[in-house]
Amino acid sequence: MSAGVVAGAADRRILDERGGTRAMTWIMAIMLLLTVLAAALGLGMVNAADTLDRQLAGRLTVQIVTADPVQRDRDTTAVMAALARMPAVRRATPVDRARLDELLKPWLGDTSSDAAVPIPTLIDVDMSVPSEESAMLVAKGVRTAAASARVDSQSRWLSPVASFMRTMIAGAAALVLLMAAATTAVVLLAARAGLETHRDTIAILHMLGSTDVQVARLFQRRIALDTVIGGAIGTVAAMIAVWAITRQMSGLGSELVGGAVLSQGDWLILAALPLLFAGVATLAARIAVLRRLRRVQ
Amino acid sequence: MRWRYAMANIVQFEDVGLRYPNSDGETLSGVHFTLVSGGFYFLTGASGAGKTSLLKLLYLAQRPTSGTIRLFGENAGTLPRERLPGFRRRIGVVFQDFRLVPHLSVYDNIALPLRLTGVPEGDIDAPVREMLDWVGLSPRGPATPPTLSGGEQQRVAIARAVIGRPDILVADEPTGNVDPDMAARLLHLFESLNRLGTTVVVATHDFHLLGRIQNAHMMRLESGRLMDPTGALRNPPPMRAPA
Repeated sequence: MSAGVVAGAADRRILDERGGTRAMTWIMAIMLLLTVLAAALGLGMVNAADTLDRQLAGRLTVQIVTADPVQRDRDTTAVMAALARMPAVRRATPVDRARLDELLKPWLGDTSSDAAVPIPTLIDVDMSVPSEESAMLVAKGVRTAAASARVDSQSRWLSPVASFMRTMIAGAAALVLLMAAATTAVVLLAARAGLETHRDTIAILHMLGSTDVQVARLFQRRIALDTVIGGAIGTVAAMIAVWAITRQMSGLGSELVGGAVLSQGDWLILAALPLLFAGVATLAARIAVLRRLRRVQ
Repeated sequence: MRWRYAMANIVQFEDVGLRYPNSDGETLSGVHFTLVSGGFYFLTGASGAGKTSLLKLLYLAQRPTSGTIRLFGENAGTLPRERLPGFRRRIGVVFQDFRLVPHLSVYDNIALPLRLTGVPEGDIDAPVREMLDWVGLSPRGPATPPTLSGGEQQRVAIARAVIGRPDILVADEPTGNVDPDMAARLLHLFESLNRLGTTVVVATHDFHLLGRIQNAHMMRLESGRLMDPTGALRNPPPMRAPA
């Protein structure tokens, strides 16, 4: 029971840990498994939200809504010319009629390709400077060029998706915090149970001149070890699961889902979680043991 | 040894009383005595006279309910909790019920006080083996206490108490579980330690032991009161000259 933080095998023998250790290790493995999964979900959602933001920011859709096809073509030409003159617009592309027919087919059937059906002309606009002010200027210029033109910001109609993602991120963060709190509670209970189990040994140690900090160190080292070993098991299992899921997601071909794939930095964050939890567990064990020991003579 | 000449009175009890919670009367009352550094003391008395309670006060397992205990020149009754370990490391205790750590080997039990004080692992083996040899348990080093006889456990407890070369050795019935030969050997060990400067206090029922140590003082407890017929405990003789 040396004064140092890292002690030898002799110190580790002082507390008889047959039985209890394995249970604590597996509890920590499960806690970290769930925590890493929640953290991976949160990080994936953050990435997906970033991708969505990048895709939607500075993208507008112009609709030429008039039933008269001749007028519609005239307005389209005017709007395209106006857009071409605007420095805030990087690119303006009318959506191909065949593509529109294909998109509307599930709702309108084959009638969508009928020239008599007034289908608005759509123009995708990419802004060179994505900002609210630029979008307003473009909208104003488009409306001046053609009264039948309407301008929609894509971020507006995708805002429920963004809102859902924000909710998921907040939920994942809350889950990670809850798991940290639960881990702390488990550690407190384990430390108290350990003190009760080793009451006689601790009394002997005190009588031989052990300080409270020396006794606390025995417990905190044991709990830190359990957390690191259990945490490593749980984290590796969770990371394998996350890796398998992200591989499947990549194969879906969706830009949004593909954006949720974890970066190298995200993997490092996940790998650091057991160490972070071991730190929290160690601190919790130390505080719990010292508080309890102060009540003893 | 450092205290032998530096301090005359290593322990002073001044009208000390002890009452346990929910007990009818005082277990100890008006206990007043002085232990001189380097002295050898026997504490005798009938069962229930308060010997173990007095020893508990001496090794700081209990605080007095009245009176003052001065240990190494300081008031032990008012010592803050964080200073107790430092005092306890200077007191070796042989408990009546041994209080060995059951899952640790004999070797590790004896090494425990050295490890508590931060002695490097490389410096532990030699003194532990010397102690094992001293108490005649060299072959039993790897054994655990539950596999030992009462007498063997007693000897492990004694080895653990003295390995740190304490300033005071407090032994509660240390020869209660050993045969007469081993009792004589253990007493000889205590005497050797005493010659090195350790103050020794031995609580015992065994009157045969009392005459075996020259110049030993006798303290007798009767119903929680200390009998001091010669007055030597209240007014100790002058300190011995350095050897």
